[in-house]
Amino acid sequence: MLEQHLAALPIILPLIAAPIALILGRSVLSWGFATLVSGLAFLLSWQLLSAALSEGVISYAVGGWAPPWGIELRVDAANAFVLLAVTAISTLVLVYSKHSIEKEVKATNHTLFYTAHLLCLAGLSGILITGDAFNLFVFLEISSLATYTLVSLASDRRCLTAAFRYLVMGTIGATFILIGVGLLYMKTGTLNMLDLAERIDLYDSSRTINTGLAFIMVGVSIKLALFPLHMWLPPAYTHAPSAVSAFLASTATKVAVYVMIRFIFTVFGIDHVFVDMGMGIILMVLAVVAIFKCSYMATVQSNVKTVLAYSSVAQIGYMILGLSLVSVSGLMASMIHIFNHALMKGALFMAVGAVFYRVGSVEIKDFAGLGRKMPLTMAAFTIAGLSIIGVPLTVGFVSKWYLVSAALEQDQWLVAAFVLVGSLFAVMYIGRVIEAAYFQKLPESRSSEDIKEVSWLMLVPMWVLVIANIYFGIDTSLTTEAANSASEWLFQTNNMLENKVMEGEVLEGHAIEEKAQEVSS
Amino acid sequence: MAEFIDLVLLAMLAMLALTALRIIFLKDLFAVVMLFGIYSFLSALIFLNLDAVDVAFTEASVGAGISTVLMLVTLAMTGRKEKQSTHSSLLPLFVVLVTGAALIYGTLDMPPFGHPDNPVHQHVAPRYIEESPKEVGLPNMVTSVLASYRGFDTLGETVVVFSAVIGVLSLLGVRRKKKKDLESGLETHRVLHVVAKNIIPLVILFALYVQFHGDFGPGGGFQAGVIAAAAFILYALVLGLPKAFAVVGPRFLQWMAAAGVLLYASVGLYSMYKGGQFLDYNQLAADPIAGQHYGIIIIELGVGITVFAVMLNIFYAFGSQAERSNVQ
Repeated sequence: MLEQHLAALPIILPLIAAPIALILGRSVLSWGFATLVSGLAFLLSWQLLSAALSEGVISYAVGGWAPPWGIELRVDAANAFVLLAVTAISTLVLVYSKHSIEKEVKATNHTLFYTAHLLCLAGLSGILITGDAFNLFVFLEISSLATYTLVSLASDRRCLTAAFRYLVMGTIGATFILIGVGLLYMKTGTLNMLDLAERIDLYDSSRTINTGLAFIMVGVSIKLALFPLHMWLPPAYTHAPSAVSAFLASTATKVAVYVMIRFIFTVFGIDHVFVDMGMGIILMVLAVVAIFKCSYMATVQSNVKTVLAYSSVAQIGYMILGLSLVSVSGLMASMIHIFNHALMKGALFMAVGAVFYRVGSVEIKDFAGLGRKMPLTMAAFTIAGLSIIGVPLTVGFVSKWYLVSAALEQDQWLVAAFVLVGSLFAVMYIGRVIEAAYFQKLPESRSSEDIKEVSWLMLVPMWVLVIANIYFGIDTSLTTEAANSASEWLFQTNNMLENKVMEGEVLEGHAIEEKAQEVSS
Repeated sequence: MAEFIDLVLLAMLAMLALTALRIIFLKDLFAVVMLFGIYSFLSALIFLNLDAVDVAFTEASVGAGISTVLMLVTLAMTGRKEKQSTHSSLLPLFVVLVTGAALIYGTLDMPPFGHPDNPVHQHVAPRYIEESPKEVGLPNMVTSVLASYRGFDTLGETVVVFSAVIGVLSLLGVRRKKKKDLESGLETHRVLHVVAKNIIPLVILFALYVQFHGDFGPGGGFQAGVIAAAAFILYALVLGLPKAFAVVGPRFLQWMAAAGVLLYASVGLYSMYKGGQFLDYNQLAADPIAGQHYGIIIIELGVGITVFAVMLNIFYAFGSQAERSNVQ
């Protein structure tokens, strides 16, 4: 039974759990329940990944209707890999959020918080696993609505403006995706992604299809906060509750990056997107500017959460850069960075949230002297920060290594240089916080306050991520293997599709000739 | 005849464009909300003209009906004049023009309107049209597609509605009234009272008809839930929120919203338990057609319950805020 439904369960489980969490009503109960469900989803996605690695593609026809008539869930190494990261972070964040949320969210809203978190998890899993373009939009809506709710739950009133901006931008993005899917449907008569891919190329060089491609790419770019469409992200991550920042920074934008990869590689085909439409160079330029500009912006902020938010936009630049290189190694670098960045940013935001829990502020100047008062939290911040910079023995190094070597493979020296410049900026923005924490004295006014280490419930998930940062930095076999088979698989499907299209065209040609003969005779 | 219908369609599209332009330039938000209602009704008429009766029905009940009410309640909270914007409108104008140009460019290769050889009529649609009466057994194919072939999407949409209420509640919350606020509503308007009391049962009856007749004609859970909610909103408007709370309280509505989603999902779980895929209604009964029918009735009920509870609860949340700001 479990085997049969393995592909569907990571979506169904949190989807059903969300209303139950609302009915449970009590803060502790819904917290425990949400954590349990998220943990189960993690175990399932672990199994799903190993199944996908050994079997290849797992297809699940919802409602028993075969695609393209019904909705298909389609799991492969690529989305199972991202799903694993998403469910892992969700579970850790939920464990962490119990105390963090008590401090940052009104008591009456705790149940709503956990319900929204589960809805968001269900939405993200759905986006990843579905094989249907419209179904993807539906789950995008679920996750987006839940995300706006999560951001707006902070007790700081400024979160409302941030959430509103996010809502407006996010809705525009989602509408663009819907318009794109609609245009594709008009030309192909199908919504199933695989089927779309086969039928799109039959009608190649069509303006309607290309407009659809443009709308989908712009819509997804808003969702993943690609420069210059990232303006919603820094305020949202700054003013959201810390646990939410940790969750969203390490999952939501990554899922959007995956959506872009999926549309490029399995629906439109790289030849069309990168060769015919020349989108590779656009993406590469935007990615490089994102890395440079937003890394710089991160160095001049005074709020540590804003620093991390800008850093996130820059890191998204690395992911897009990897895929814009259009090679197995470039895509692999992107996939690895999706996973690794989740580990880094999760840990960093958790550490900052712990500081907020004790100090009540996340301005850099308020970090002064915390290295002694909160040694474990600041140590976690330091290690995860080193990982962002890309110091050897951390996952950040692995990411940058693959990205730089993928760039050098194609003699893109300038691109490789920008990646390293980004790292230099990271030294600056992480360094400023660490300098305050370890080399500045606790201000007199604060020395009387009772600032001490946070509880183990917050420390454990934070340190699990920190240890993962180091572990996957040394033993890269799991991440590289999964990312490698994911990107190879994506390229394979892409080639397969193109071959199929060639055959299809030949067949079509025959059919047309026969028809012509019939008519003439 | 066909040309005449095309002319009507064109005229309505022109009116749609005019309404949209007027909405952009008007500063009086009350008038804007009214125009939004007109816009929705026009769209509904266009859908009707295109023979998309289910879509037209949804647009009329959701777009023109409940959205207008919710926007009006929001105006009661915030005031009806638009604030002078300090932003420059050049960049947005540029973005809108580029988007519009892209859309027009996209239509240049569009398949000819209504042509039977179009891809949308050639690929998946034939099976829906030819096989669904045999496979699903419903005369209304739209319901077959929405509830069975693409039932997972509909579950997703129901969850979207559920997410909306989570969002509204987390932002506003529903405040219970104190005794002294009891004189809210339009207690003194006799005529309204009598008319409302006569209309409400009929509206609820109609909602039930739409709910359970969705398999055979246009309708279904979404429309029925909205219509039923409209009946209760009318009750709350005329008699005041406290009286409406006494009939169905906000807490109970939260449970209802959750219960609707769970009812829908439980059909899926049961079909998994019976050995089928998630939401495979064939498993629900020995005869697949009967199973499909049971499944669709139950999931439509789940949709109806959730939509009703969510719409009413959102109204409660807005309404109780609006009353509070009026009292202050």
